[in-house]
Parts: sequence; C-alpha cells; structure tokens
Amino acid sequence: MSVRVSRRSFLKLGAAGLGASSMAMMGFAPEQALASIRHFKLTGSTMTRNICTYCSVGCGMLLYTRGDGAINVIDQVYHVEGDPDHPVSRGSLCPRGAGVLDFINSETRVKYPEVREPFTNEWKRISWDEALDRIARHMKDDRDRNFETHDDKGQLVNRWLTTSMVAASACTNETAYLTQKIARALGMLVVDNQARV
Amino acid sequence: MTNHWVDIRNANVILSMGGNSAEAHPVGFRWVMHAKERNNAILISVDPRYNRTTAVADVHAWLRTGTDIVWLGGLINYLIETGRFHHEYVRAYTDASHLVEEGFGFDDGLFVGYDPETRTYDKTNWNYQKDEQGFVVTDPTLEHPRCVFQLMRQHYSRYTVDMVEQVCGMPRKKVLQIWDLIAQTSAPDKTMTILYALGWTQHTIGSQIIRTGAMVQLLLGNMGMPGGGVNALRGHSNIQGLTDIGLLSNLLTGYMGLPAAELQRYEDYMKVRTKQPLLPGEVSYWKHYDRFFISLMKDWYGDLATAENDWLYDWLPKLSQPLYDVLYAINQAAKGEMTGTICQGFNILASFPHKDKVLEGLSKLKYFVIMDPLEVETGEFWKNYGEYNPVDPATIGTEVFRLPTTCFAEDDGSITNSSRWLQWHVKAAPGPGESQTDMAILAGLMMRLKKLYQDEGGAFPDPILNLTWNYTNPWHPESEALAKEANGRALRDITDETGKVIKRAGELLDDFSQLRADGSTACGCWIYTGSFTEAGNMMARRDNADPYGVGTTLGWAWAWPANRRLMYNRASARPDGTPWASNKAYIWWNGERWIGADVPDYPIFTPPSAGVGPFIVTQTGTGHFFASEQLNDGPFPEHYEPMESPIDRNPLHPDNPLAFHNPIVRVFPSDRDHFGTNDEFPYAATTYRLTEHFHFWTTHALLNAIVQPEKFIEIGEVLAAELGIAQGERVRVTSKRGLIEAVAVVTKRMVPLQVDGRTVHQIGIPLHYGFKGVARPAHLTNSLTPFVGDGNTQTPEFKSFLVNVEKL
Amino acid sequence: MRGDQINLQNIVARSASITPSPQVRQGGVEQVTKLIDVSVCIGCKACQVACMEWNNTRDEVGHCHGVYDNPIDLTAESFEVMRFSEYENEEGDLEWLIRKDNCMHCAEPGCLKACPAPGAIVQYANGIVDFNSEHCIGCGYCRAGCPFDIPRYSERDNKAYKCTLCSDRVYHGLEPACVKTCPTSAIMFGTREDMLDYGAHRVEHLKGRGYENAGIYNPAGVGGTHVVYVLQHADKPEIYSGLAKDPQISPAVEAWKGITKPIMSAVLGASVLAGFFHYVTKGPKEEPEDDPDPENAGRAREIDRHDGEDRP
Repeated sequence: MSVRVSRRSFLKLGAAGLGASSMAMMGFAPEQALASIRHFKLTGSTMTRNICTYCSVGCGMLLYTRGDGAINVIDQVYHVEGDPDHPVSRGSLCPRGAGVLDFINSETRVKYPEVREPFTNEWKRISWDEALDRIARHMKDDRDRNFETHDDKGQLVNRWLTTSMVAASACTNETAYLTQKIARALGMLVVDNQARV
Repeated sequence: MTNHWVDIRNANVILSMGGNSAEAHPVGFRWVMHAKERNNAILISVDPRYNRTTAVADVHAWLRTGTDIVWLGGLINYLIETGRFHHEYVRAYTDASHLVEEGFGFDDGLFVGYDPETRTYDKTNWNYQKDEQGFVVTDPTLEHPRCVFQLMRQHYSRYTVDMVEQVCGMPRKKVLQIWDLIAQTSAPDKTMTILYALGWTQHTIGSQIIRTGAMVQLLLGNMGMPGGGVNALRGHSNIQGLTDIGLLSNLLTGYMGLPAAELQRYEDYMKVRTKQPLLPGEVSYWKHYDRFFISLMKDWYGDLATAENDWLYDWLPKLSQPLYDVLYAINQAAKGEMTGTICQGFNILASFPHKDKVLEGLSKLKYFVIMDPLEVETGEFWKNYGEYNPVDPATIGTEVFRLPTTCFAEDDGSITNSSRWLQWHVKAAPGPGESQTDMAILAGLMMRLKKLYQDEGGAFPDPILNLTWNYTNPWHPESEALAKEANGRALRDITDETGKVIKRAGELLDDFSQLRADGSTACGCWIYTGSFTEAGNMMARRDNADPYGVGTTLGWAWAWPANRRLMYNRASARPDGTPWASNKAYIWWNGERWIGADVPDYPIFTPPSAGVGPFIVTQTGTGHFFASEQLNDGPFPEHYEPMESPIDRNPLHPDNPLAFHNPIVRVFPSDRDHFGTNDEFPYAATTYRLTEHFHFWTTHALLNAIVQPEKFIEIGEVLAAELGIAQGERVRVTSKRGLIEAVAVVTKRMVPLQVDGRTVHQIGIPLHYGFKGVARPAHLTNSLTPFVGDGNTQTPEFKSFLVNVEKL
Repeated sequence: MRGDQINLQNIVARSASITPSPQVRQGGVEQVTKLIDVSVCIGCKACQVACMEWNNTRDEVGHCHGVYDNPIDLTAESFEVMRFSEYENEEGDLEWLIRKDNCMHCAEPGCLKACPAPGAIVQYANGIVDFNSEHCIGCGYCRAGCPFDIPRYSERDNKAYKCTLCSDRVYHGLEPACVKTCPTSAIMFGTREDMLDYGAHRVEHLKGRGYENAGIYNPAGVGGTHVVYVLQHADKPEIYSGLAKDPQISPAVEAWKGITKPIMSAVLGASVLAGFFHYVTKGPKEEPEDDPDPENAGRAREIDRHDGEDRP
C-alpha cells in the first residue's frame, strides 16, 4: 500500500480549509484585498510521508511535490515539513531536516554517470552501460587475479581482499541487505560502513 | 539505544556525556526537555566544552577529553563505598556474585596475560569459575574475595576523587555534587538515562568508556527500566540498520560473525558461536545460533545449501585477523596493495583520519567507484582545489567512476533509527538526471558479473553463479522483495512441538522463534523477522497510540527484536514479578503471563518463581560487570591516555610506560612517525558536529550554509589572550599530520583545566566544511586527526589529539 | 487560530489610512500569540531555516564573525536570527543565553504608526502585524518606528520586510513555520490567553528551579506584544543580546497618532501623497528633509547611514 497521499485525501485529512486559499476567489480585488497575505503555497500539492535522511532520530517528514503523479508531469519536491503524527518528532525538524529541501534540490547533485580517466583532469560523461561494464570488468579482473582460495597455512579461506567496499550510512536496509549478499558471494572481507565515523 | 527516544522523558536524571545531543539530535533532545518539565528531571552535562546541551543543563562540568573512564570509574568507587547502589538489583540481576578464576588479575596497569611483543592479551583466565557441570560458581553474599563485586570494588578503589580531579581536571566539589545527584537514582523509583554518542566511541579506549557507563547503570539498577538504559545516539539515519545487516568486515547479518580461518570445520564454528547457558535454566538466546545461520545460508544459496554440505559453510570468506576495517583498507591502499574501492555514499576523504594518507591510498588504486547523490570531495580527490587539495592530477593514475544515486526522497524502503525502529518511507519524486537507486546499480553490477563468470569462468565462480536472485525484474529488485527476504519465509510447512502446522511453505514468518535449523526456513536477517509478515509491511505502520502513557507506541513502525521497544525490560520488575515502583511500572507478571506496556524481553509464560534471569541474551541471564573475554583490553575498563596526550604519563600508572596508552592499541608501523608530542603541539583538540550541519552533506544545502557558513574553531578566552587572538580573527591549526585554517570563535565556554600539575588548554574543531558545495571552502578537519583505532572496534581517535594554534 | 481571523474584515489598523477599516465583524476573533521560552531554547536555528524555507528567501552565505550568530543580523531575507550571549551570573556561573530575535507583533505597532504608505502595514484582529509589500514605498520609516529595530529594507525591490508570523499559514489554520519546527518546544503558539497561561506555568517552573527573577516579557510600553518571551532573568532583559528593557514607541512616531483624527487626515494625506510622488520621481528613499517631523527626519537619516553600513 502506498501512503503517498492524494490531494483529495489530503483535504480529507483536515489540513485546514485549503479550498479558500485565494482571497481573489472570495471576490476581493487582489491589490486592495490582501496582497499582504501570501498565497498558501501548499494548495493542491501532493504530500508523501518519509523519514529524515540525516541523523538517527528518524523524524517523520512530509514531502510536498509539485505534480499529481500524472504521466505528463515530472514531480518535484518543493517544500518539506515535519510529520505531526510521528511519535518522536511530532512535527518538528531540526535545522538540517528543515533545510533538507536544499539538499534534495542541490545544484551539486550528480546527474549522470561520469568517468575520470587516469592522469586526466576532467570528468567525462558516459552511459550507464559503459560505466557498469567497465566497473564489472575491473572487479572481475582483480578478483580473478587476487582471489585466495587458501591462506599461507593451507586453510580454505575463499576470499577476495584487494577490492574494498565502504557502504553508506543513509541507504535503506534493503539496499544494505543486497550489498551484504553480493559482497560475501564475491568473497569480499574488506567491507565497512560509516558507523563510528 | 537500549531504550528509545520518547522513553527519555521517563528519566529523573539525564547524564549527557560523550555526546552533545542538543547539538547532534535536537529533535530527540525534546524528550530531555520533556523530562525536565514532567518529572522535574535534572540534566547533567559533562563535556570538554560548554555546548548547546549545556546551555539548558542544570549542572555542568568541564572534563578533559579522553578521561571519561577515570570519572566513571571514580563514580563506581563512590557508589560502592557509600553503599548508594541498588542492592537488590545488583544481587539478583547482575554477575556481582559470580566467582572469577584464580588466574585472573591486574597489576600496574596491565591485566594478566599481556604479551608486549604482539601487543595482545592471552584471555584464557579472564573467566568465571565453573563447577563440574560447567555452571558458574556464585557467592550470593558478595563477600567472597574472588566474586565479581569484590574484584570490581578492588579495581576501582584506585579511582579516588583526588585521582579524578588530577586526571580529568574537574574540581572535586563539582565531581561530588554530580555524583551525589546520580547516586539518587539508585532508589527503585528513580532512574537515570545516559545519552552518549561518538564522544565516547572515538577514542583508543572507546569501547571501554561505554562499558564503564553500562556498569554504572547496572549498579544503579537502571538497565531495563523506563527512563534508564545506556543510549547510544547513532549518528546517521541508517547506521543502526547497516550494522544490524552486518556491513562490517567481520559480520554476517543480525550480529552473527564470519568465521575465522582457524575454524575450518562447520562444527568448530558452531561450537564457538552457539552459547549454552552457564547457569541452570537460563535462556541464553544465542544457543539458537544454528537456526539463524542456516536460515541465512538457505536464503543465499537456496536448495544448494544442505546439511550434507554444511550449508555451504566453505563458500563463506574466512578471516585471518579480527577486522578488515576502513583504517586497514586505507593502509593497504597506501601500501599499494589494494586494487579497487567501491564507495557507496561515503565521503571517505573527508571522514577518515589523516587526510594526506587517505589521499595517498586513493591515488594508488587502479580503480575507484563512488556512488553518491552529491558531488562530494572523495570523488574528486584527484582534482586540484588549491590549498584545500593541492594535488597534481597528472600524477594520479586512478580510474574514477562517479555514479549518480537517488536520495531518500526518491526511493522506497526502510531505515532503522537509534531506537531500533525500522521505518518505511515512500518515494516522493524521481531523482535528477539519470540517477538510479543503489539497488539498481548493485543489481546491474551483479548481473554483469554473473554473466562474465558464466561466459569466461574465473576464480571460484560458484557463489556468484548460485547466489539466489529471485526478483521479478532481476535488474531492478524491489525494496519490498528485499524486505521480505530479510524477514524470512518457510520453505516447507513448519510445525510446532505438537506437530501442528504453524506456517505453510512459502509463507512469511511472524517471529524468529519460527526459524528452523533443518533448512526448512530461509531468512536474511533473523533480528528483522517479524518486520514484513503475511499481515503486511509492519515497518509502514502508523498507529501512534500510547495506551499506557509511558511513551511506548507499539503500533508505530516496527522495532527489532520482536517489536520490543525497551531492551531487558524484564528487569523493570522485581524478582517476584511486581514493578520496582508504581511510577516505573512497565511490564509485570499477572499470575499467568508477563504483560504491560511493551513486548516482554522474556519468555512470556515463565513465572518469576522459575528464577530465570532477565538478561536473556547472556549465558548467565545476568548483566555483566565482568566482560570476560568479550573485549580485547580487559574485563574491567581501565583508563589509558590518548595516543596523543597533553600530559607525559598515565597518572594511574606513572611508572609503567606500557600502560601509558591502551596496551593493545593497533598502530600501523608507517603511522608511528605521525604522532606528535605535547612540546610541539601543546593543546588537546577534539572534533565534533554542529547542529546546523550534517557532516559534509549540508555544505551542499544552501539553507544550512547560510546559517553556519564558514569553518571555525573554538578557543577559550584565556588561551586566546595568551596567543593574541581576537574574536573573528583567522588562525592556523597544525598537528603532526597537517593543517587547517579557520576563524577563531573566542569563548568563555572553554576554559583551561588543571591536569596532573599543569594547565591544559583544549581546542574545539567542528568536523564540517570541505572544498565542495555552497558553504565557504575550507580545509578538511581530518587533515589533522591521527590514524589510530580503538582496541576493539578500530574506531579512529577523532576526539583526542594534539595541535598547535597560531594567529594568521 | 481559526482562519477567518485574518481577512479584509478583520484588519483593525492600517498605516496612513484615512478611512477606518470595517469593524463589525471583528467580534469573537481570538488573539494569537507566539511564546519563545528562552530557557528551553538550544539555539539550533531550525526556526531560522524553516522560516527561510517557508518564505522562499535565501540570505547570503556570509562569514563566521567569531560567534555562533549567523546571519549576523536581520536582513530582508532573514526575518529572524538567533542571538547568542555568554553571560556570567552573580555566582560566577556561565549561562549561554540564546534569544530568537524577530518581530514582536506589538499590540501598538510603532512601524504601523510610522508608516506613511497607506495600507502598507496592517494589523489584524488576531494581533498579527503584517507588511503589505505591494503598498510599501521603501522609505524605511517602519524601522525607525520600531522599538525593537526589526524591519529591514531590501535593495532588490526597495521594500521593507519582516516576520509576518506566517500570516499565510495562520490564515489556513496552521501554526507559523518556526513554531512547528522547533525541536524542544521553545517556541509555542496558540491563543493569547493560552500562551500567557502557559508562560505563567513556565515561570513558576523556573522559579522552582532557582530562577527567582523568571518572568514573561510582554512589554507594556507597546501595549504588550503578540510574541512574548519567557526569560530566566526577566529583571534584566538587556542581557539577552540587548533586548529592550522598556520599549516605547518614539515620541516622534507618536506624533503620527493623529492619523485617525479627521482634522489631521487631510494634512497627512497630502504629506503622504507628497512622499509618494517623491518616491515615484526620485526613487525609493525618502529624503529626511521631506519628513514633516524634524526628529523623524533625523532618525531616517540614521537609518540610511546604517543601511549603507549593512550593505557591502
């Protein structure tokens, strides 16, 4: 079940009288009427529930997106605030969480796969296929060359120590589980994460 | 956390030490303020700095960085000698009565069994005495000289108030004032919670600092109690989950361990891992290790894993050293012995100690892959950023791939918070450009590797070719499919003792008691069993009702283990099953079963009269003051100085140079030359987070850059006056390993301390800011920090090192 | 907190206006108040961030000035800032006093009284004092008239800005953005009655913890404020980064009080009109000599000087 809440149910949830958002609708001429009150910027948006990506309190977040999920629109998050139902955060967000919009929409998001060739000074945009083909080739070449079936005492160890993997701190458990499964199947031991750092 | 965020409000005393929760976890900290409002609770802040937590604390004291064991050890001594501990709790629920082997001892700063050559301990004698049946010998009077209580008492008798004053730099009046407040929570109707974070962890003695905190809580009877516990405030949103899933060099999922190379036979591995009770009738939950392990192997290798082939035990990689952690990885790379690194959302250039060494290591790799939503420093280690990253790309031969990943707003799945809650989230919008989820990228790599091994063969292809991959779209595994896999399912019909079928083949399991050791269940992470059942996705639940009014919301998301919110909660009731105090009632025996506000951490129908201990994961059912062989540096925590200390000796063992620093600390030979001394670098430095920023991410977020735009250091008024530094002037901070430049925040909040006959000044250095993003560019703080790890976890010593400061 | 508290029918005061606002439907509207409990504030700046996020402002990425305060002062894009002060009390103990500085929404707003542009500043029946930017002529008198030195002038559009108490949110039945986000409940919002009750409770609590001089800051000199503080040391508000001890509307601004008196209205109307024409022909800044009141003119000159300093 998706908890992405449609506009209609958002209204039903009782998040205030959104219908009466525009003073102009009430028959006032805008400049005379109350240009001082800003148009309510959440009217008509889609609200999706999420959990903050920063620290381990795990505050509830409401992500407001432009677009209603119709096929002809690319949704974009344009406002974030706290989820008042969340038993820990009760609607609050700290300065990091309150500013998470500028992380989501940061100009320094990576947008395309890129490669920096040895000894060069630039990024080169490449396709996903090229990127993953080349990485898989590197991995296999190294694994085939350096895989240890036995250690120097002749004990069976079946491990690959020359490529390391450091895992994220904010990815999902499902991603983490897939990572664990793959890393051990490859025989990797040099695996760590950002706990403690 | 043994307890959870909202439970903090049940505390009467909150000890904030080794952490700055107001700064790092402001929203969690609300429950501290609630405790003050509701219970008139006392907030105590003990820290090298007067910080944002201190700003609202009732009592505060400055402590020299890295001396927490002395302060806490002194507290243990004080509680025992004044008799202000929870006598009945200590007698009934801890190992205080257990006798320790005669061979165990401690002399001049070292425990029995130390080998200065290998810098390790032989831990053979670090154990309880056992009788003919293999059960632990006890003395309920606590008077036997070899009982844990008496040994502990003797061990900490050296930790006097004078010693605390001398080592920590805290005036005795202040020490005694705080200890008195803490001792009040030995009463059954009062609890103290300890909130700590990396301020305890990131030391060469970090694990032992945390243990000392736990011992204090056992003495006070605060474990398993609402408003009690030892609460690690995890740093990242899902670092709890990644640890639960075992993404560490030596772990499998659910805190199962990978085998050491010596354990060549499956039976040997099982013998080491399966923990049988050491007292009659105890639960000792790890006795079911085979159920968890076999279910994992069934999940990974399906029908191929059978009892006959030891569930493919041979296919698992085996360890020849305890850990292959990040420091090891960088050291190997710097030696030119690492070919590649795959970096999944981890800014290692900025986050690891001794930046120059990390840079050297990355520059020697053949290939490097970074998956990240942001253009972080690590991906551009090869690029010249002037003084902040003075490298020559033409000399760096690493092939670097940068892959755009989605962020939390753009994918589905669960993350596990510090309270062990698995909370599900939903995608709100697509990621920018061609970004993909981490899962799609990993699947893309694995599908290619499978094909390459299929086509070309190669080194030991079996586990790669046979790894289960039952995803609807093998290139895009769905989060829900993975979550179900972690939860586990029945492979055949499962029956209970009476032969009744409790799960049909293919059904998702309800809890880990349904796991079987005969290959009839598959389960990715046993502690997560129950998170996604036939009733649906438990992690997405949103019922925030708190029927008992103690802040426990069992219908909100799902907590491991078994949706339990407060660990060891059986200890919240007396041995006879009634609550210790009516205001602390949590779970209790109603004559037929255990009931209350939480899922009991106990066999639900076992009556109090059976006398089963409350700590069901330990082999004795008791809480352990004595750590036996669990830690590498001793069964009782002992203070050792940081690797870089502002004083020249360990005042506890002034004449034993082997006991100056942690005797088992791991130092790579090449790093020996990179430690500074206090004549050259006179000030004790510590690093930390600011509330406005999250590591190096938020320097990419304009809103956060605006409210804290530029790198600074904090320096006390006294030292600033000595050095002629005025507020807002720029300074250079140097260590043996590098330098940074920053603005000086000159403050009354840092003061000189009198330590071991000299004046020690401390310098505070926020971790944030680098050369990417929208905040003001800066040197990375970890240019300064030492490349040395804790004796147990190899956590770098970011919190205590030496620097010099000069005005620019 | 009903949405109908803010609308055309519920404006109780309007700057430089000759005709009174409709009055009939103001009955029964509850007054709102934001309470800032300094004793619970950890200075995390979540409120600052939430304020910018909600209002779609992004201030400059400035510099560290050797203190935690950032931005270092209010601007047209920072409607609020946290001000940190390290205070040593009588016992010699250090207290880190952190005050959220923003518009106080005075019951008798000096800004509104000083404003020469008709309808540029309004006060709603619920107590919110709002800037109606459409009508702002950028003269800066509002800042001169403010006993708390709050409004700031934007060079981008020659208009003055300040906290609106999120009138757009309050209109829709929501709390202001800073209130919602506050992690420690240092910022609370509700009816004036409820907030003063809650404040009194907090003061009692603080007294019980030894803060004998704890109190609510709700200064009478401006008729009380719709933003009130709970202070540990209410006898010394100035230790909280210079919070005014007894704020008053400047006598010069009081002179404008005649605004509603019919006898003055024609004169004032003409004067405002003159100012308006000046604005249209010469630009946004009122020349001080145009001001009918010499003291006011002096203040305006002072503001100009400060504004020059504030801007690089």
